[in-house]
Amino acid sequence: MRGEASSRIRAILVKEFIQLRRDRITFAMMVGIPIMQLILFGFAINTDPKHLPTGMIVPEPSAYTRSITAAMRNSEYFELRHGSMSERQAREALKRGTLSFVVSFPPGFSRDLVRGQEPQLLIEADATDPAAASNAVAAFDQIVESGLRDDLNGPLAQARQPAPPVDVVVHRLYNPEGVTRYNIVPGLLGVILTMTMTLMTAISLTREVERGTMENLLAMPVKPLEVMIGKITPYIGIGFVQVAIILLAAHFVFGVPMIGSFVALFVGLTLFIATNLALGYTFSTVARSQMQAMQMTFFFFLPSILLSGFMFPFRGMPEWAQWLGEVLPLTHFLRLVRGTLLKGSGMNDILPNLLPIVLIFGLVSVIALFRYRRTLD
Amino acid sequence: MTEAPAVIEATDLTKRFGDKTVVDHVSLDVRQGEIVGFLGPNGSGKTTTIRMLTGLLTPDSGSGHCLGYDITRDAEAIKRNIGYMTQRFSFYEDLSIRENLEFVARLYCLRPMAEHVDRTLDDLGLTSRQGQLAGQLSGGWKQRLALAACIMHQPKLLLLDEPTAGVDPQARREFWDQIHRLAGEGLTVLVSTHYMDEAERCHRIIYISYGKVVARGTVEEVIAQSALTTLVLQGAGDGRLVDALRREPGVDQVAQFGNTLHVVGTDAGELRQAVERVVQGRDIRVSEGETSLEDVFIRLMEQYGEARP
Ligand SMILES: Nc1ncnc2c1ncn2[C@@H]1O[C@H](COP(=O)(O)OP(=O)(O)O)[C@@H](O)[C@H]1O
Ligand SMILES: [Mg+2]
Repeated sequence: MRGEASSRIRAILVKEFIQLRRDRITFAMMVGIPIMQLILFGFAINTDPKHLPTGMIVPEPSAYTRSITAAMRNSEYFELRHGSMSERQAREALKRGTLSFVVSFPPGFSRDLVRGQEPQLLIEADATDPAAASNAVAAFDQIVESGLRDDLNGPLAQARQPAPPVDVVVHRLYNPEGVTRYNIVPGLLGVILTMTMTLMTAISLTREVERGTMENLLAMPVKPLEVMIGKITPYIGIGFVQVAIILLAAHFVFGVPMIGSFVALFVGLTLFIATNLALGYTFSTVARSQMQAMQMTFFFFLPSILLSGFMFPFRGMPEWAQWLGEVLPLTHFLRLVRGTLLKGSGMNDILPNLLPIVLIFGLVSVIALFRYRRTLD
Repeated sequence: MTEAPAVIEATDLTKRFGDKTVVDHVSLDVRQGEIVGFLGPNGSGKTTTIRMLTGLLTPDSGSGHCLGYDITRDAEAIKRNIGYMTQRFSFYEDLSIRENLEFVARLYCLRPMAEHVDRTLDDLGLTSRQGQLAGQLSGGWKQRLALAACIMHQPKLLLLDEPTAGVDPQARREFWDQIHRLAGEGLTVLVSTHYMDEAERCHRIIYISYGKVVARGTVEEVIAQSALTTLVLQGAGDGRLVDALRREPGVDQVAQFGNTLHVVGTDAGELRQAVERVVQGRDIRVSEGETSLEDVFIRLMEQYGEARP
């Protein structure tokens, strides 16, 4: 009996695989979508914004503060507001969003600098759009140093080398996690898999119906579970092709660190891919046409992107949205993948994220098997 | 006729779609080794009946057995043991002939797979085309592939739904030779068609109209049951004669074949009188002809079609 079931599963699996191989458009889509999304999210949206409005708090103007101000202006990252502001004014503006940065020179800055005492220089960034702020902040150190280079020549050269003359302190406000490209690229892994995997299987049964091959499939001795396994499995391979593309880009193009357990990542990916495929397959048992199946997929995709913590920090969402988010596999996968790539999580750490995915997988599979029509009635 | 065991036994199968009764108390009885033709105009319920026999549709009432398995309860066993060829080609057009057959062989767990596929390809003369995509085949080859796929697991019963629609005459003939060869080996066949010549190649026929069986038996029996008389008028090339004959009482059908007319009626006496009135004074030879199955079917269609709103 077991041999028969595996023979029937292999029948469906091989057939799906051949069809997939001959379907050039689908194949191109599988490779094209990750690349396109990586470019869109990784580069286009994550560009290097310049001329960001910046306020200055300069209690004691001097030649040095003027040099730093000039260097900031020259860097083009910062668009400086005229004159020094009061601390209160600056905070307000930052809160309202009219300023992206506030740079505060402490009292006695110039004196400490000349004495080589490494005075602190505070830059406060509105990090709600972390991508926007991060490059400017990263460049700030360099800008300060180059601005002071000429001033600190001659007798003051000892204040320059080897330690930096100024201790730059960065405060990211409103988004202490500091979500950056490091966070977005692993997130993209989940988003891309959600979209493509669900879509692939969503059209799998409706396509059989529309091409008239369903009648034959139903007339032959194959069981619903066997059809499901046979139709889902080949796409797990496709999913891993996408994973490879994204992880390679993440590592070599975006320099995302990968410090966690690869085994944990692999287990998480396999389950997440299977869950999305099962979900798409469930859509396909419910939908009456390929068009409907695709609509359902996009309907599912939208909350996945918005409520999973990919677009907005999860804990910053209203409670009802968080509840909805908890139902989506992507939410749990994002935690899992950020954990394994960025925080060095291992198998034990990801279990709390893995469990909900397994639950969702089980639930949608049961629905799919229940919904699968055994007759043409 | 020596009674062979029944392979299909169905009683009062009924199927409704919405408030339309598409199959209305149809009973079937097909014996082992028989080729039974299932006839009827388009939309008369042939496909629906066959689907109920395969377990693909659940009858609203009535019951049936195929190969001894109940059609509602043992659908799995039926699927394993019959071969069903759908009306519309339903194999994968983006798979080659061989790949399609391998798919089927695996589904039926035929081992060793390659041997089964090779033998079937060979039996149906498909070996040289095995690499061709099914979508690129002509109607005749598609039909051969479909037949190959449904006989590969050596079923004891074949249900063929209009297998020769859109297939050229030579391919049709070869197809029927194949069917007779299989029947000779003990296979039972129920085949739906609306080609008359194919009906005549069946051991028995069942004719349904608007979901009801209206005639059944051997071709001779069905013709005899119809009690139609056919007169053949030779030398009647004049087209106006057709209209004149149609106006006469007692004349049901008039069909022209070149210089010959076939005139069909239910009442032999009335028909004879009508014909004599029309041919009077003309150089036309009237003789008694054999009623063809086609005449009977046209008669049945008219008779039962009238009841339709
Ligand atoms: N799934 C269905 N839903 C509604 N009506 C149907 C369905 N299948 C068939 N019919 C109707 O049932 C009638 C018989 O169809 P069918 O069995 O295909 O006839 P045949 O095979 O003799 O041409 C037709 O009028 C057809 O429109
Ligand atoms: Mg039909």
